[in-house]
Amino acid sequence: MMNPSHGRGLGSAGGSSSGRNQVGGGGETVVEMFPSGLRVLVVDDDPTCLMILERMLRTCLYEVTKCNRAELALSLLRKNKHGFDIVISDVHMPDMDGFKLLEHVGLEMDLPVIMMSADDSKSVVLKGVTHGAVDYLIKPVRMEALKNIWQHVVRKRRSEWSVPEHSGSIEETGDRQQQQHRGGNAAVSGGEDAVDDNSSSVNEGNNWRSNSRKRKDEDGEEQGDDKDEDASNLKKPRVVWSVELHQQFVAAVNQLGVEKAVPKKILELMNVPGLTRENVASHLQKYRIYLRRLGGVSQHQGNLNNSFMTGQDASFGPLSTLNGFDLQALAVTGQLPAQSLAQLQAAGLGRPTMVSKSGLPVSSIVDERSIFSFDNSKTRFGEGLGHHHGQQQPQQQQPQMNLLHGVPTGLQQQLPLGNRMSIQQQIAAVRAGHNVQNSGMLMQSLPRGPPPMLTSSQSSIRQPMLSNRIPERSGFSGRNNVPESSRVLPTGYTNHLTTQHSSSSLAYNNFQTELPVNSFPLASAPGLSAVPVRKTNSYQEEVNSSEAGFATPSYDMFTTRQNDWDLRSIGIAFDSHQDAESAAFSNSEAFSSSSMSRNNNTTVAATEHVRNHQQQPHPGMVQNHQVYADGNSGSVRVKSERVAADSAAMAFHEQYSNQEDLMSALLKQEGIAPVDGEFDFDAYSIDNIPV
Amino acid sequence: MQRQVALIKQSLFDQGYLDEQFMELEELQDDANPNFVEEVSALYFKDSARLINNIDQALERGSFDFNRLDNYMHQFKGSSTSIGASKVKTECTKFREYCRAGNAEGCLRTFHQLKKEHSTLRKKLEHYFQLARQAGPKETARRPK
Repeated sequence: MMNPSHGRGLGSAGGSSSGRNQVGGGGETVVEMFPSGLRVLVVDDDPTCLMILERMLRTCLYEVTKCNRAELALSLLRKNKHGFDIVISDVHMPDMDGFKLLEHVGLEMDLPVIMMSADDSKSVVLKGVTHGAVDYLIKPVRMEALKNIWQHVVRKRRSEWSVPEHSGSIEETGDRQQQQHRGGNAAVSGGEDAVDDNSSSVNEGNNWRSNSRKRKDEDGEEQGDDKDEDASNLKKPRVVWSVELHQQFVAAVNQLGVEKAVPKKILELMNVPGLTRENVASHLQKYRIYLRRLGGVSQHQGNLNNSFMTGQDASFGPLSTLNGFDLQALAVTGQLPAQSLAQLQAAGLGRPTMVSKSGLPVSSIVDERSIFSFDNSKTRFGEGLGHHHGQQQPQQQQPQMNLLHGVPTGLQQQLPLGNRMSIQQQIAAVRAGHNVQNSGMLMQSLPRGPPPMLTSSQSSIRQPMLSNRIPERSGFSGRNNVPESSRVLPTGYTNHLTTQHSSSSLAYNNFQTELPVNSFPLASAPGLSAVPVRKTNSYQEEVNSSEAGFATPSYDMFTTRQNDWDLRSIGIAFDSHQDAESAAFSNSEAFSSSSMSRNNNTTVAATEHVRNHQQQPHPGMVQNHQVYADGNSGSVRVKSERVAADSAAMAFHEQYSNQEDLMSALLKQEGIAPVDGEFDFDAYSIDNIPV
Repeated sequence: MQRQVALIKQSLFDQGYLDEQFMELEELQDDANPNFVEEVSALYFKDSARLINNIDQALERGSFDFNRLDNYMHQFKGSSTSIGASKVKTECTKFREYCRAGNAEGCLRTFHQLKKEHSTLRKKLEHYFQLARQAGPKETARRPK
């Protein structure tokens, strides 16, 4: 299982790609593969240094790719999202500033980046830190320094798993889990799900100062309960930008106007206790970059972006036009998925989704379709985004709202089941054909559409994540599915997660952590179903069954999290049967249950659980609920769910909103209180929402 | 012969031409990469020659663009440090200080010195590698006493 022991994910990541030996140089129990085989990309304009570094890294048994130009490095990374585990870059380079590269990598790929330079002045080192570098090496670089770089990969993975919310130190991961478990509900960590959510990502944190506490509060609001646990544990204040939080952020930014939004005002508008201006500032920075990127993407208007990304749109970004596009955009942003979903939903529902900006009206169905199609594209994007989010802010977790990103938002809206199905089927196919079943199943159960499938797939993914059955990333045919992981998780990472997570529950938790980061994953998840596939070979089956309702939830969950995460949650959600996971999912199931009357129990629990887990990304989830209910940014979603097959929608929503939620939903099923306080599945016809 | 090689290497260290970084590089050398250090050195000298040229031209122009010069020197320093060229590195640092102080003459003087050190090191290393080759790879890989 994924224990928090960190490294697990890494190990798999490293291993997955390189299939390294288990022993791992690091001697990490978890990281079997580690560190040998770690795929490093070195960027430096100095050929002498480059050569030396390459030699050193090879001696450490790493796989090295040299690059003497930053632009080239970026394109390499973009082309091969999961092709690298870590990047080492020089600060002074002629064609691009090293920090700029650092930023890009963080945003787009969410890989750990180490800066190096002959310059050891404090200001430069500080700059490295503030830009999110995981380490700063002074030249001449020595072997000893390079030998340990794998720790950053592990750390990152861990934080992803454990949901960035909980900042805690890496070691905390174990603690986090406890904390999280404490919460037991999705509420806080949603994703944390007892399994293990290593919050260790302390390092990553860029501005995580604020610590999960905040998040917890956020989540707690929805959940209404203890998030405190985490808070108490918070060792390191790390702000986790859960979906809800992010949505609040986006809403505030939109209110102020993207150009004019300043951290101070945003902070005031958001009025979140514990959130500091710095947190907002760094998040804003990321967000801006994200928007910029979107701008290049076509409509990034927020089409699907979960309001998060599209800050401009503030809530979901006009679905209307973008639906098709948005999805992509969403995919790109990773967050989009959530938004897009929301949008789609809105479109479908006819509700003015939060995004409303664009006037979603896009028929949800259509959107859904587009979503699906996007999924692929999205996923790709999402991946990038996911990374980017992952890196910086797990918080971004893609506003769960749209978590569905990955999951064809259509779920909510009415996702054309057909679309979903296809995706799900894909996933299923990937999975082992389980999904297919699910999709079929889901589809059936969910009137709305595929969501069920997704959830199932997702849940399965979740679970599988652990089990790795499905080649997470590679496994998915559509890649859309998997993209989640890729998106969110650092390429290698996600894989690992899944593999690692085989323990399922652990994985689940991990996912959760990831989820937050992945807010995007959902987007990419149009094929979420695919994602689930990744992981959950085992889940698939389970998921399938539970999928009925979950399909969607899993999606969300996954997407939000980081793909892997989502998968996990989804898988978990679905698997509520699975027990281990189900616990997590029970929550999610709660969600899904609404949607999936069939699996309701399991799925719902899962979803809820997932949701809970997703807490961080949860914001989305919760939002989903809210959305549904409140029509907040996620209003679209809510409605859509209701409109559409509640179950499906729900599941779906849940999925994206909180991948964790799924888990929590699942958990709920198990007996864990469904998180859904927010959403009220009641609205949905789900009959058995275990919640 | 091998002893001779070792002695030469030792003297380079003793005289401060090379520092521990050079030793690090030697450790990277193994049977699979028997001439690693020499290759790196060659690469360094080639690249640094280019940098020296650039700086020369910039200085000759007379318009002291200290920023630009500082940038060049930063690169130069980076590679020199990586290879363990100690004296060269010292000159680089001095040069940069003059740049920051806007001291054109200081820059010129230092640069001149730097070139001297650079070329001295180059000769010595070439000689060293030549001998090392003759002596056999094993020796070169060894650390000086």
